[in-house]
Amino acid sequence: MEPPEKPRGSPFDINGPDFNPDLYLQKLFKECSLKHIMDCESEVVKDCQLLNSDMQTLVYENYNKFILATDTIKKMKTDFKKMEDEMEMLIQNMNSITSFSEMITSTLQGTHGQISKLSGVHALLKKLQFLFKLPGKLKLLLQEEDYEQAVQEFVKTQPILDYYGDLDSFQGIQKDCNDILQKLKTKLRDQLKNKDTSAKKLIKCIDLLLQLQEPSDQLCSEYLTFVDSRLAEQLSSMQITHSGQDAAEFMDSGANVFLTDLCLIVTSYTDMFLNRTNSLEDSEAVGKLNSFVIRNMNSYLEIVQLKLEGTSEEDTAVLVSALDRLYCRLQAFNSLFTHVDFTVKGMELIISAAHRQCRNHLVSLKSHFADSLARVKQSLAAPKYTSSHTEGSVYTSNKSLDLSSNSALSTELLTSLVLASVEKVKGILQDLLLFLQPELTFISKYNFKEAFCIDGVREGLVVSFLHHVTATVQASAHKVPLQLLLLLSKMCLEYESNSVRYLLNVTDEWFSININASRAEQELLSSEAEICTGMKTAAQYLMNQYVFAAGSALSVMVKKSVDTRDWFHCAEPRTVRAAMKRVIEDITTIDCQVGALFEEGTRTGGSSDSSRRVSAQQSARSYQHHSRWGTSAASQVSNVSLPAAAINKIFSQNIDIFAPIQFSRISILTGIINITLKALLECVRLKTFNKYGLQQVQVDTHYLKIYLWRFVADETVIRNLLDEVVRSVTNRCIDGDKQLMEHGILEIICEKG
Amino acid sequence: MKEDIAIYGLEYKARTLSALTADTDSVGFLIGTQSLVMSNNQVHIVQLNEETNDMSAKIYQHDAGEIWSLISSPYDASLLVTCYNSVVTSPELQCTMGSSLWRLPNDDGTSESLLPLEKVCDFDFLSHGPEVKVTAFHPTDQTKLASVVENKILLWDLGKNSAKLTSETVMEGKGQPKFYSGKFNPQQSGSQFATLNETFVRGWDLRAQSSQVWVIQEAHSQFVRDLDFNPNRQHFLGTCGDDGKSKFWDMRNLTKPVITRSDHAHWVWSLRYNHYHDQLIATSSSDMKVILTCLSSISSESSYNQADDILDEDVENMGDLDVKNSNKPSESIKSDKNVDDVIATFEEHEDSVYCVEWSSADPWIVASLSYDGRLLINHVPKAEKYKIIL
Repeated sequence: MEPPEKPRGSPFDINGPDFNPDLYLQKLFKECSLKHIMDCESEVVKDCQLLNSDMQTLVYENYNKFILATDTIKKMKTDFKKMEDEMEMLIQNMNSITSFSEMITSTLQGTHGQISKLSGVHALLKKLQFLFKLPGKLKLLLQEEDYEQAVQEFVKTQPILDYYGDLDSFQGIQKDCNDILQKLKTKLRDQLKNKDTSAKKLIKCIDLLLQLQEPSDQLCSEYLTFVDSRLAEQLSSMQITHSGQDAAEFMDSGANVFLTDLCLIVTSYTDMFLNRTNSLEDSEAVGKLNSFVIRNMNSYLEIVQLKLEGTSEEDTAVLVSALDRLYCRLQAFNSLFTHVDFTVKGMELIISAAHRQCRNHLVSLKSHFADSLARVKQSLAAPKYTSSHTEGSVYTSNKSLDLSSNSALSTELLTSLVLASVEKVKGILQDLLLFLQPELTFISKYNFKEAFCIDGVREGLVVSFLHHVTATVQASAHKVPLQLLLLLSKMCLEYESNSVRYLLNVTDEWFSININASRAEQELLSSEAEICTGMKTAAQYLMNQYVFAAGSALSVMVKKSVDTRDWFHCAEPRTVRAAMKRVIEDITTIDCQVGALFEEGTRTGGSSDSSRRVSAQQSARSYQHHSRWGTSAASQVSNVSLPAAAINKIFSQNIDIFAPIQFSRISILTGIINITLKALLECVRLKTFNKYGLQQVQVDTHYLKIYLWRFVADETVIRNLLDEVVRSVTNRCIDGDKQLMEHGILEIICEKG
Repeated sequence: MKEDIAIYGLEYKARTLSALTADTDSVGFLIGTQSLVMSNNQVHIVQLNEETNDMSAKIYQHDAGEIWSLISSPYDASLLVTCYNSVVTSPELQCTMGSSLWRLPNDDGTSESLLPLEKVCDFDFLSHGPEVKVTAFHPTDQTKLASVVENKILLWDLGKNSAKLTSETVMEGKGQPKFYSGKFNPQQSGSQFATLNETFVRGWDLRAQSSQVWVIQEAHSQFVRDLDFNPNRQHFLGTCGDDGKSKFWDMRNLTKPVITRSDHAHWVWSLRYNHYHDQLIATSSSDMKVILTCLSSISSESSYNQADDILDEDVENMGDLDVKNSNKPSESIKSDKNVDDVIATFEEHEDSVYCVEWSSADPWIVASLSYDGRLLINHVPKAEKYKIIL
């Protein structure tokens, strides 16, 4: 059979469940040939036969199984019957057990209550026995010094004791306990008072006492007094062990011992006394602690301060590191103890130490300055000796030598004075920069930087030093030799023009001081102009002193020369008096000294051609002006008509002979010469002259006229002064004719001189 | 602010000035002139009308010689004593010095020519030496005077028409030292006399012979020109000299001055305490200036009067430093009453000023005389005056 492929479930599938035989047959008849149908029929028959035989085998098999099962069930039925009998027996036994147990229970009921009561009594007795043993135990522990255990035992039993305290039998125990406890407490207290107790042991003691319900406020006071004494000891030992220790070591040891202890005390105190009782007591305890800590810290800081003050630390680095350590410790301590900020105090300490360092440096600067002054004084004294030797005799030949060495010496000394000081200041500033190292802890505080840089370094050191310089030189003006006066004046000028600005700039730069800061800060800073003015004033003062002193020295000579002569009995003049030559010589020397340090300066008046005696070094200066006053003045005087003299005087008086001195060679020399000539005038007014006395004065003044003009700014001033001398002498001349000398003879005599 | 100035001019050179000490009602001064023509010499009595600030003068002839010293009597305004130098032409030309007590003649204003002074008596010192520096009135005893001659102090007793030498005090020393000037100490009832020579200031007790009481070895680095005692405060005196300085001393400690001032640019010739307000000091100098200084710290009116030992260097140095300040125009105004400083500088003189004197009648008036014969009468600046009074 070849059934065509049909869809599933089709009625034409002979094996399918939807198979419809009629439809199948119809289809078969329609589609297939007879032969084909015949084949199909035989095939179907064959299949049917095959299927029948299969069915038969299946039935047989199942039948066998069923028979087996029936046999098994039969066997089971008999087994169950046996089991039922055994079950019944079990029930019977159980019933008898129940009845027995009920019997036992009922018999035991009476004794059970007694037993439980007895066991309760037993436990109580055990406890009570402990109580009875307690005094002994405590005593034992006391002997063994195991206080901690003792306290634990006691604390455990204390509630019980309290509970039974009113019973007679226990009162004894309680009393014993209390006695022992009292002993314990006294022992603990003794430990508290004993100075050798270590801090840890101490804390334990306190803890125990606290557990024993001792009043905490009393305890904390006791504790504080105890540690106070210990700290005091440490402090005093710190005070003693000063010598041989540098500041950093001192800080270290102090911090290690003292501050660590203090920290420990604060922590343990907080643990023990704070946060346990009520807030009122708490605050009381805190107050005690605070006052304690503040007191001790204050005395510590005081000692530190004393130490810092007592030892002038040469090495800034050591000092700085010491201060840094101190500050670190204080900061650390601050985090522990927040009530009072000790860093503020520490900062003050540091600032004051820094300031002290500045002051020390200032002192050393001052002494350095004094030393260099003394040195300069010495080196000035030495060549002066030789120059006084050369005076007079071989005047011109030695002069130039002396002069060059003189000027070299002066400038050299000047530089040594100025530069040495400036360098020294710079060195010190460098040293002080150590305070500003960025890794230092205290540097970050703004107020330190300000206080240190501005108050300490700039004002306290640099500005103070500059002020000191001006003050010193002014104060010493009376005691120093003339040449040094001149030198110092120049030094002040030098400072004014260069060094002050330089030093201030360096300071401002290194210590980052902002010049253009706010107005308030500006007021703190001394301005450069202010200091320069001071320097200038000092220079002017010294210069005035110099001019006055030099003039006075010459005046003394002039005065002596006038006083020692009998002008009333004078002989006819033949030469210029030696004193006048001496005056010229001295003025020339002064001129050299001044010229070595100061600029030429400018002239105001005319010059003269009557002065042909221009020495070698004088010719270097170029004068183009010419006048003829030398001759005209002389002829005027020889006419000696009083009105003419008066008129002359009216014009001459307009010039101030004591004009302020400027810092130029000309101005300085003018000042000196004016003072000298004025002295001459005063001296001659006190004398009475004869004719020849008058003529001698005439010779002298003419000589001075010839030589002095080249030193001065305005020669009319000296001309007027000298004319006034001659006029005064004319007035003081007793001879009726008051005859003056011929100008020609004057010239000749002066030429000779 | 310029106060009123009165100016009086003389025809001749002059270097002596004295207040009319005995006349405490009107402001008057005596001036003696210097001329080597003997008949030219005069004594001027200048009186200031304080209302109008005008001056009236009377001139008397002093033909004995050029006047080197003139002191008006503190007891009688018409008496004065002068030391003078007269030139004698015959038999040969020579100078002799003299010292005389004079009386101003009663001037009825009728005579045309100058009236001469009436000579009361001469002091005959010539046996002791040729040169007399000064003759001074005893501060309490009007019959006594003292002359400084060479190295001697001669004490005179005034008789009716003559002066009798009662005692002499001699300074011994090397190189024939000579006194330059001298003055009674007004405090010690006239027993003490102070002299100047070179750089020395010496105090003498006139009751005993040759008894030097005290000495300032080097009062000034150069010649000492003048001294004056504080009239109201014992032990204090001022000196001035050629070093241009004025120094103030406490006689109980003369090792160094209490105050040193150097306000002048040249020699200081004269120094005077104001008699009423002794913090006011007038000095005159050949720098042609007169300077008034107020030294409250050492005056008798000073509040810390008893703090006598302010003799430390600071004061001295400060005094010197102040000088330079006072020269600057931008002088800071010192409101403190006690700060010692220059309070006025009078610059109207055109020649050396050798004398300065306070008026005896008006404590705020000071007169100064320069060599060219110009007398200036100045007032203490009002502001300073009020500071002192109030």
